[in-house]
Amino acid sequence: MSDRTKILLLLAPALSIIIILFFGGLFAGLLRSFNYMPIIGLTEPNFEAYISVFKSKEFYLSFILTFHIAFTSTVISAILAIGSALLLRRNFLGKSVINFLFQINLTVPHLVGAIGILYLFSQSGSFARLAAEWGMIARPAEFPELVFDPYAIGIILQYVWKEIPFIGVIVLANMQSLGEDYESVARSLGANRWQAFRYVLLPLIFPGVLSASVIVFAFTFGAYEIPAILGANYPAALPVLAYRKYTDVDLAARPEAMAMAIVIAILSAVMIFYYLRYTRKKIRG
Amino acid sequence: MIEKPTLLSNSFRFITIAMLITWLVLPLIPLAIWSFAKGWFFPHILPKYWSLKAWEYALSDTAGVLDSLWLTIFISAVATFLSILIGVPAGRALGMYKFKGKEIVELLILAPTIVPGIAVVLGIHSVFISIGLTNTVTGVILVHLIPTLPYMVLVMSGIFANFDAEFEDQARSLGASPIKTFWYITLPAILPGIIVGGLFAFLVSWSQYILTLLIGGGRVLTLPLLLFNFATSGRNDITGAIGMIYILPGIIILLLTAKHLSGRSAVGGFGQI
Repeated sequence: MSDRTKILLLLAPALSIIIILFFGGLFAGLLRSFNYMPIIGLTEPNFEAYISVFKSKEFYLSFILTFHIAFTSTVISAILAIGSALLLRRNFLGKSVINFLFQINLTVPHLVGAIGILYLFSQSGSFARLAAEWGMIARPAEFPELVFDPYAIGIILQYVWKEIPFIGVIVLANMQSLGEDYESVARSLGANRWQAFRYVLLPLIFPGVLSASVIVFAFTFGAYEIPAILGANYPAALPVLAYRKYTDVDLAARPEAMAMAIVIAILSAVMIFYYLRYTRKKIRG
Repeated sequence: MIEKPTLLSNSFRFITIAMLITWLVLPLIPLAIWSFAKGWFFPHILPKYWSLKAWEYALSDTAGVLDSLWLTIFISAVATFLSILIGVPAGRALGMYKFKGKEIVELLILAPTIVPGIAVVLGIHSVFISIGLTNTVTGVILVHLIPTLPYMVLVMSGIFANFDAEFEDQARSLGASPIKTFWYITLPAILPGIIVGGLFAFLVSWSQYILTLLIGGGRVLTLPLLLFNFATSGRNDITGAIGMIYILPGIIILLLTAKHLSGRSAVGGFGQI
């Protein structure tokens, strides 16, 4: 058997599954977003769903909110993850226990984190109770709105909680394989600690940070259950809005849901482009 | 030379590490407390009364939590098994061979790890309706392959990249059949990768919410769906108990695999959990 046939046979099952399910799903969504579905008698594609989506104020509010959630969460998580990696990279007493605790929420699903954040930060949650204990508030309503709020603070807190270890573990592995020699050279040449970090270490770990951040951005842009638990009703995050439209009793709303799904897919395609760009750069240099 | 840490910088490090770890563990604490609480109302910082009622409910045969637990284990186990079966050969092709179009194949396999589930599942749902796969366990397992399979392929291609095919050739030249060669030579070499990759593929499936909700139509009630329902209906005590049960496999898997975690390939899958 030639190598060519061998490779083809080895790849065939995996590629079939991914092409049929993943790309098939995308394609079916795309057709449906153009109101094209011969099986139920829709044979003339049109742009109605997109026109109606792009004309609706709710879509723009939702898009801006979702972008804000994804961008803010990613930036805060990445910065705190770099800080955490700097703290944890050296050896210290009890390092293995601390490392385990640092990684523990990697395996805790987002949904559990969202419920935990709800119980901590809602107006009758743990922090509100502490504030009451210290006499800062008298009633739950006096506690600032941190969940179901228009700025999506609760959602961002959840993502930051969950993504610090995700980016952090990647950056930590990156730092440990680099060692501290580069920084030592910079320090011996007269750089101060900040300069050694800013001009030596940061450029070295940056591609890793970026590729992890791209994964986080795409995830936070497209996740459903976190904004569904912690988000305000209006405007809702884009995935929540798409789900609502799709399950609307009015079946005419389904193509609009598909159009929103396509918007999310296009945005993640842009993310993949950057992901590849940065991971390839990292491999090259 | 890195200078010796001073007492001041040491205590700064200690305090910031303590704050970091506290923040990372904090959201799990009210869940754990709620599972033992009986009517824990504002402004009580700790429950006035403690109770095992939520746990009794969650672990009783009639409440359906256990059924849901077994169903979730079944779905994740089958999705993992299929991912291993399909992902190992593909990982071998990507890890051991250079071929034309390899970058495109990698791109096709990478795409589902970045594109969010909601973007594809609506389209899949509209097709699955017409072939009768909605509201079925089979349909749910199939869509779970979308996040688990690419992950398994990526892990295995990393494993095969470090695998030396010479050993196989030698076994073959000594007269071993392809099956014997695989069983005695290849499998032992790649088994650690399969186990770690499989455990994390299991967790990726374990944490799926929107794929199960849409394709299962609410009929395939896995643990996360049940958890969501209790959380949004305000039954905090039962939510706490189910939440504790739900995070247990992940913590066990982390304990088992902690030393393998520094590898970037093992970590990438966490973006999906």
